[in-house]
Amino acid sequence: MLANLINGISLGSVYAIIALGYTMVYGIAKMLNFAHGDVIMVGGYIAFYSITLMGWPPALAVLAAIVVCTALGIVIERLAYKPLRSATSLAVLITAIGVSYFLQNAALLLWTSNTKVFPNIFEKLPGLRLGAMQIAPVTIITVLANIVIMVTLTLFTTKTKMGKAMRAVSEDKGAATLMGINVNRTISLTFAIGSGLAAIAGVLLCTAYPTLQPTTGSMPGIKAFTAAVFGGIGSIPGAMLGGILLGVIEIFGKAYVSTQLSDAIVFAVLIIVLLVKPTGLLGRKVNEKV
Amino acid sequence: MSEKQLRPVLETSHLGIDFGGLTAVDEFNIKIAPQEIKGLIGPNGAGKTTIFNLLTKVYQPSRGNIMLDGKDTRNMSPVQVNHAGIARTFQNIRLFDKLTVEENVKIGLHEHISYGMFSGIFRLPRYWKEEKRAHEKALELLDIFGMADQADVRADSLPYGAQRRLEIVRALATEPKLLLLDEPAAGMNPSETAELMNNIRKIRDEFQIAVMLIEHDMNLVMGICENIVVVNFGKIIAEGTPRQIQTDENVIEAYLGSGKES
Repeated sequence: MLANLINGISLGSVYAIIALGYTMVYGIAKMLNFAHGDVIMVGGYIAFYSITLMGWPPALAVLAAIVVCTALGIVIERLAYKPLRSATSLAVLITAIGVSYFLQNAALLLWTSNTKVFPNIFEKLPGLRLGAMQIAPVTIITVLANIVIMVTLTLFTTKTKMGKAMRAVSEDKGAATLMGINVNRTISLTFAIGSGLAAIAGVLLCTAYPTLQPTTGSMPGIKAFTAAVFGGIGSIPGAMLGGILLGVIEIFGKAYVSTQLSDAIVFAVLIIVLLVKPTGLLGRKVNEKV
Repeated sequence: MSEKQLRPVLETSHLGIDFGGLTAVDEFNIKIAPQEIKGLIGPNGAGKTTIFNLLTKVYQPSRGNIMLDGKDTRNMSPVQVNHAGIARTFQNIRLFDKLTVEENVKIGLHEHISYGMFSGIFRLPRYWKEEKRAHEKALELLDIFGMADQADVRADSLPYGAQRRLEIVRALATEPKLLLLDEPAAGMNPSETAELMNNIRKIRDEFQIAVMLIEHDMNLVMGICENIVVVNFGKIIAEGTPRQIQTDENVIEAYLGSGKES
């Protein structure tokens, strides 16, 4: 029971970190970046090759993944989404799905469909013993990383000038522009942060579930998107809450109901929550299109 | 006076815009001198807000040119126009509702707070120093309107008149050379309007900036504007001092009708 709870929180922490990317981009650019999940996969591959091919230490590999994904996020936004800034939201959504397939297929070409086994980068770190239960280091690090990211990001958005600019752009792009805020730069920054976080999530995910394929990012991406909606899209604490709840529900579903039905349970919970509270758990009134 | 002081803050030549086949503004030529308070009046739908949108590049002009402090604004985006020295308020208030009063002002200060991402995330001394400076500056600006004690209140919880005043403070924070006020007295009672008039003069004197305002309250317009431009159907029909405008036949006709039509 406790072991399942801890596993659930750990998995949920990964979802939460990914969900942050969805929720921040949605909050500021008012779009759903469905390619976000695939950025996780790219992060995983970069870390994988940094370790296995280059022989870099894990910390450097994580850094490399963050740098590449951050750049990738900025490039995706600049090339695929920026030209559509004034297009209908449906056009942007379809483009995002296109980018997602593009990344998956590019990965297929570059890295083939062979499943890679991700090394356990936290091998040397000690686990934690709670009575008879052993908690893996990756579990602890995932939860800690989630907490650190959440606190840093909250402070960043509330206390720094870039964070305030993000919130201003999220409310009224036109007024923000006329008050001297560079909206394009602010949106770029949001993508950079979201994608950098996706890289961290990618490494954590691949360490906990050590298989890596070009499609590795899509299911966690969809689940994290679900988590973001579940918690209230656009809300940072909502992404955290939604992610963790989703992780716990998934693991409990697997443990006590059925391994095969666990995903169905996750999405059923989402549907029920949205029926009762359409804005999500912590969502405020949403008057924006999808 | 040196040449620099004589140079107009803003000068438009043959400015115009069409929406489809409709000419909304045409042959709009004005000069705004440094520290001048200019009024822009005209009947409803005359194109006053459209002119503000042209000056701030929200709309791209179809014709003509805008010189801002001697600089050609032809290739400037709205952000660049703001950085070059025009700030504005909005007819229908557009504050950042979910941000506090102080944060709204800090958005205006954004370009003048200098620290990078790294300092911001890791809260290096530079972050603290610059944020402290911004905080003091924001309170100082809010104090012009006696709003410093409401700094931590959410913007949307302010009463209507205070929201209008906050918009002016936010615009001032961007350190403009020219402040455009779109109906600053709308919804204010006579005593609030009188106070606003004093404050607009005070801002002009303290910050040494030019002000152009759209307003329907003729007491305010005639009371503080040194010069008034009257537009109707997107064209200037009269220009002059309040006294000249009050007796101008074209103006009287535009506002009241000629009497011949009916």
